[in-house]
Amino acid sequence: MARTFVGMPPFPVAARSALSDTRLRRNLAHATGTIREKRARVVAEVEDWEDLRRQAAAVKDATLARLDEHLLTLEAALTARGATVHWARDAADACAVVADVARAHGVDEVVKVKSMATQEIGLNEALAAQGIAAWETDLAELIVQLGDDLPSHILVPAIHRGRAEVREIFRTRMAAAGRPAPDDLTDDPAALAGAARLHLREKFLRARMAVSGANFAVAETGTLVVVESEGNGRMCLTLPEVLVSVVGIEKVVPTFGDLDLFLRLLPRSSTGERMNPYTSTWTGVTPGDGPQEVHVVLLDNGRTRALADEVARPVLRCIRCSACLNVCPVYERVGGHAYGSVYPGPIGAILNPMLTGVGSDPATDALPYASTLCGACGDVCPVAIDIPGLLVHERVRVVDAHRADPRPKPEALAMRAAAWVLGDSRRMALGERASGLAGRLRTRRAAPGGRGVLGWLPFPGSRWTGARDLPTPPVESFRAWWRRTGRDEGQGRR
Amino acid sequence: MSARDDVLAAVRAALGEDRPDLPAVDRSYRDRDPLPAGADLVDLFVERVEDYRAEVTRCAAADLEATVAAALAGAERVVVPDGLDLAVRGAVPDADLTPTGLDAVDAVVTRASLGVAETGTLVLTHGPGEGRRAITLVPDVHVCVLPASGVVRGVTDAVAALDPVRPQTWVSGPSATSDIELDRVEGVHGPRTLHVVLVSDA
Repeated sequence: MARTFVGMPPFPVAARSALSDTRLRRNLAHATGTIREKRARVVAEVEDWEDLRRQAAAVKDATLARLDEHLLTLEAALTARGATVHWARDAADACAVVADVARAHGVDEVVKVKSMATQEIGLNEALAAQGIAAWETDLAELIVQLGDDLPSHILVPAIHRGRAEVREIFRTRMAAAGRPAPDDLTDDPAALAGAARLHLREKFLRARMAVSGANFAVAETGTLVVVESEGNGRMCLTLPEVLVSVVGIEKVVPTFGDLDLFLRLLPRSSTGERMNPYTSTWTGVTPGDGPQEVHVVLLDNGRTRALADEVARPVLRCIRCSACLNVCPVYERVGGHAYGSVYPGPIGAILNPMLTGVGSDPATDALPYASTLCGACGDVCPVAIDIPGLLVHERVRVVDAHRADPRPKPEALAMRAAAWVLGDSRRMALGERASGLAGRLRTRRAAPGGRGVLGWLPFPGSRWTGARDLPTPPVESFRAWWRRTGRDEGQGRR
Repeated sequence: MSARDDVLAAVRAALGEDRPDLPAVDRSYRDRDPLPAGADLVDLFVERVEDYRAEVTRCAAADLEATVAAALAGAERVVVPDGLDLAVRGAVPDADLTPTGLDAVDAVVTRASLGVAETGTLVLTHGPGEGRRAITLVPDVHVCVLPASGVVRGVTDAVAALDPVRPQTWVSGPSATSDIELDRVEGVHGPRTLHVVLVSDA
């Protein structure tokens, strides 16, 4: 199962407290505004961007439709090139594989490349329970790990932290994990990056084992691809003797040639650059270059649940670029922690319910509602996932999962009442008379554009009007108007 | 059942027996020019490498050694891979230097397999003249030599030209991060200085 963060309240509660954190909102507004602007500029350079998105989606869809065949091809290619392939049904399987490899080599620490898959399976915690330290080496992951914090963004897990907070975390926490921060550390981002360079270098130079994910896995050749910026990925993929890569089964692309789409789409969507500083590819073991023992863990962990749902299957196209987070008006205001899970934002609001299933965990069930359905996420998605459509689909699944609840939700009761009223013409006429009376209520006022709205209703309607206006019901229903005038007018014209 | 059997069975159950053929991927994007109309291939490559705050020097073949020497000014120990085919002052041939050993050199000089104009990217495939991956990673200065004829138009051309089985490193500027407030900062774990020497084809 994918994790939701233990003890986090469901989104509506967490969002309320996040909204009142002014420092968080300032950090997020600055960061998401910066990245949106960068992305827009480099995407505008690519004239056939829309076509590239469509073809990338087609590659992913065709691969998913024959996923079993591609996985077997990948396994055979990796094995032929000297890698050891493992399969993992779930987080426990995958963590056990990594821990076994570590134990076999007698290591008590591993260095890690930033990886959503290893976050998802809770690898660091599982290794810690076995006495193995897992050092995060991406700068933002380091900030999160040293601060004993939770990630809040797919690309920049410490996006909720400003430079002054980062300086404080480095000053107070680095010493306990290794080389301390310099005494004269300022909050200049270059100085902070320099401190991370010194702190991590000793770990890179002595590390015997590394753990990574992969952005893509090429079935035909067994080639894995990691896309990164800082060089921490290259350090982990190159210097240690042993490398274990945890790869979701949806990361497969059929051929190396298919990468010509994804290597154009991903950097521009993700960091807003024409190309990220470093992309590494490796194919099993290369004698004399890099780790001489290479393991690949192919991870299901709920992905086949998404695969089985033909409507939701395109969620598995996701290449974890985080463009949908950066444009989301909800994410920008509440941040990633409110989503209570490893995958925040619009994609997380469909991915988490898909990976873990709905109907049992209230926090997961709340996620598909953490959206205004404005559609910005779908517009920027580099693999053209219809995120708003899938949010609605997930809402349907949540409602369906609760139909047999012994205590129905208020919304279900309201819908049942509506069905009863609308299902009979006399009951509907009575309902229209009642809503016509509501239209004469004194709380009505004019909204911009002159439309009448109700700004306030008594409980339980106050739950709705507390945050939204309700259009004033017409004083006279259509059917009443038709009885009064319409029939005669119609005959008059004939 | 093994985990392998279980995962494959779950995939097959999810997909079912009846698998309609999906529309083929339209590859016509490969025929389109990724560069702005009228752009000079090599000029654009230089401009886009410089956008990442890497240094670029263009030189004639006869001036290559002098240009590399100037780029290495101040570096006393310079690791060089087999097959570099350049005289470098202070050269330390890479004979399985340990990571700590690499950390003690000042710079590295290598060649690259190709350059990508669309993105300002160098691609190393770590054969002769380029060396194993670690040598272009641990030293703080990387001087990278590329003939102008090695520049291709776009990512699509680069992917088509490369051998997937060779390890590859695509380098676009010096190591960088945007992890603090999304402000880009050059220089984290990889070389903080990337100096590209582009050799004219004359």
